[in-house]
Amino acid sequence: MTLATIAGRAVHVNEEGFLTEFDEWDEALAAELAANIGLALSDEHLAVLRFVREDYRVRGESPTLRRVSSVGGFDTKRLFALFPKKPAKKMSYVAGVPKPVGCV
Amino acid sequence: MAADTTAPIPRFDDDATDGRKMCIICSKGSLDMAYPGLIIANAALGEGIETHLFFTFWGYEIINKKTMANLQFSPVGNPATHMPTALSGLPGMQAMATRMMRQQIAALDVPPVPEMLDLIVDAGGHLWACRMSADMMKLTLDDLHDRVEGIIGASEFIELSAGAQTLFV
Repeated sequence: MTLATIAGRAVHVNEEGFLTEFDEWDEALAAELAANIGLALSDEHLAVLRFVREDYRVRGESPTLRRVSSVGGFDTKRLFALFPKKPAKKMSYVAGVPKPVGCV
Repeated sequence: MAADTTAPIPRFDDDATDGRKMCIICSKGSLDMAYPGLIIANAALGEGIETHLFFTFWGYEIINKKTMANLQFSPVGNPATHMPTALSGLPGMQAMATRMMRQQIAALDVPPVPEMLDLIVDAGGHLWACRMSADMMKLTLDDLHDRVEGIIGASEFIELSAGAQTLFV
């Protein structure tokens, strides 16, 4: 874990660049993280990110794509459109939570 | 403490998966043998990999509208259940074992088979049914899960799987 600068402020990240401190995240930081991987955040992105963070806060575990869709109520196709190719990993990165480990 | 580095950016390697392709042949029709192919397909799609499932022979149980929601698990002849052979064939044992497995699958928030197929197609996956199996069982596309794209022959599948990593389940 290292201290690094994102969006002009110091935050803790792991060796891959995922935030390690849940409370260091905010939407301004998310916009920067999203830009890092070529995404421009819309309200629809933010709604997904809020669900991912709330689910992590409650369960202590990043939700899988299936959970974002079945519990969060987001359409799987839309999730692939919003976070192309690797939606579960990308939404976790931008939401400031660890990569999900679940299989489905 | 001052930040002394710029943050690394995860390498999602989107380009590395361009052109990577996975084909999974599902040939078995029991509950326990349906899921491995479906789970791997779903995982591959979540990694941005083009994924095709080809259902053949008993694998038709997974996509046949009449059976897909009612796949069974039998402990008979399966030493991995650690159940004495003389018990595993008793009446009611298959129903009980199936019920238990279904509960375990549901407890992990893994959807039932028909819904799992929808999930795979929503994630960009492709479902194909085997021509010879359809002819043997006298089934048409109408008899199969609505998201099955087509009934194709073995040689068509070989063309489809050119350059793919192919798994036989």
